Amino acid sequence: MYAQMIKSEATQEDPEKLAAFQARIDAGEKIEPKDWMPLGYRKTLIRQIGQHAHSEIVGQLPEGNWITRAPTLERKAILLAKVQDEAGHGLYLYCAAETLGVTRDEITEMLLDGRMKYSSIFNYPTLTWADMGAVGWLVDGAAIMNQVPLQRTSFGPYSRAMIRICKEESFHQRQGYDIMMKMASGTPAQKKMAQDALNRFWYPSLMMFGPSDKESVHSEQSMAWKIKMNTNDELRQKFVDQTVPQAEYLGLTVPDENLKWNEETGHYDFSQPDWSEFFDVLKGNGPCNRERLAARNKAWDDGKWVRDGLLAHAEKKAARKVAAE
Amino acid sequence: MTRDMAFFEFLCRMGDNTLVLGHRVSEWCGHAPVLEEDIALANTALDLIGQTQMWLGLAGEVEGEGRSADDLAMLRDAWDFRNVLLAEQPNGDFGQTMMRQYLFDQAHVLLLQKLAGSSDERVAGIAAKAVKEVAYHVERSRDTVIGLGDGTSESHRRMQAALDLLWPYAGEMFTDDEVSGIMAGEGIAPEPSSLRAAWDAAVQETMSEATLVIPDSDFAHAGGKTGFRHSEHLGHMLTQMQWLQRAYPGARW
Repeated sequence: MYAQMIKSEATQEDPEKLAAFQARIDAGEKIEPKDWMPLGYRKTLIRQIGQHAHSEIVGQLPEGNWITRAPTLERKAILLAKVQDEAGHGLYLYCAAETLGVTRDEITEMLLDGRMKYSSIFNYPTLTWADMGAVGWLVDGAAIMNQVPLQRTSFGPYSRAMIRICKEESFHQRQGYDIMMKMASGTPAQKKMAQDALNRFWYPSLMMFGPSDKESVHSEQSMAWKIKMNTNDELRQKFVDQTVPQAEYLGLTVPDENLKWNEETGHYDFSQPDWSEFFDVLKGNGPCNRERLAARNKAWDDGKWVRDGLLAHAEKKAARKVAAE
Repeated sequence: MTRDMAFFEFLCRMGDNTLVLGHRVSEWCGHAPVLEEDIALANTALDLIGQTQMWLGLAGEVEGEGRSADDLAMLRDAWDFRNVLLAEQPNGDFGQTMMRQYLFDQAHVLLLQKLAGSSDERVAGIAAKAVKEVAYHVERSRDTVIGLGDGTSESHRRMQAALDLLWPYAGEMFTDDEVSGIMAGEGIAPEPSSLRAAWDAAVQETMSEATLVIPDSDFAHAGGKTGFRHSEHLGHMLTQMQWLQRAYPGARW
């Protein structure tokens, strides 16, 4: 999915090396794992890629919540395929993070004990089938806005992971919109579900871009390193401009009285989300924070005997092979 | 029983096995012991649901009353389901899930290999596609059963418990009846009992490599594939699986 509120690390290193590094980035070169890189660049990327990977993993839960209740076999298959893709995205991203010198298990432990975050959007509940549409349309839509520019990010493995992920995400977004179309043109109850889903997911989707970062020092450093490609406000505006006509096409109402096309700017004016809610969710007080983290911890703890068992078997097998040679 | 009635029953057995087991496997989504297993379980569930669409689609066609695969999946009650009891057993721990999967996959792959040569082209076509997927399922579930059986003392203990628990549900996959007799007579599908020896041999080999002991009993629960007496678990599964279709009749999704 994406990463939010990543603070870049301060770097105190040889100015000459730093200048040469910056020159490579400015020239559009990709930085590869074995290349020299500032410690701050490495640490910021581990945090950003790790958080992105965790978001993919936790993001399985709100959608997994509806797999067993999908209304048709086809919808069930599509949703399964989507959640499977997300687990796959998690895998590429953990691999990209590993090239920076952390193991998957290390950063998984950091997710589980709360030292690392995942995207706050997954702390909202999925309450009706229309939420499967809204998540695909709005949440994946917002994720794509964040991720498309990251295909050009300076770190090679991250950039390559993003290229693969973006292809699948745009498919997910179309599937989500397809569910919304069916619901919005369906029975009155279905239409009500669709509107309700939009009402609940609109502002949390706007929050996915993070608070305004116009004056953030951290953002400036990340943008110079091409770890961050656009400001949060630019991406949020782009998302609103793209999404409002799609809502109109569905015959649904965006829950914002101030939403208005502005001829002068060529963009929509819109209300900011309630940022105090955003910080509450970030602090652990979202509607589902406890459940999501508890589910991941339970999966990890319950799975320990499986991981240990398979590892022990692999070691025995290797030992038998050596003994036979 | 007419040929078409038997054929419909047979197709429901195929489709309900994949539907019910696919549903069970999909319950794991996001909760597996390791990321690779999340991916593999979702993939297995996805294959099984895809096969369900084909088997139940053909069942509706053979029945000729205009019921689609979705109608059969979402609007029948438990007594009309024809899956074996093994498929509807709860997931339990990961070991129980994988043991259930292996016992089923090993029979499934042997059956599909035969069905690929069915006298009915539609059956042969579905089987030819499904057998490729199921060959992968059995390879994976077999490796997992072996790995966990042979792993640590705890994983061994859990796998032996899973085998002991599920063994009495394996035999139902190999019982013959009027439906299977008609199918065999028509050359559409083999008698299930004809697959038993090959299954026994494969399972014996797997369990021996897994250092697990097959229970010394050939007792087999019955009642799933005839629909006579399912376990209590199936009804609960259907309340979840069929909820939207039942709550909003006639809506299109």
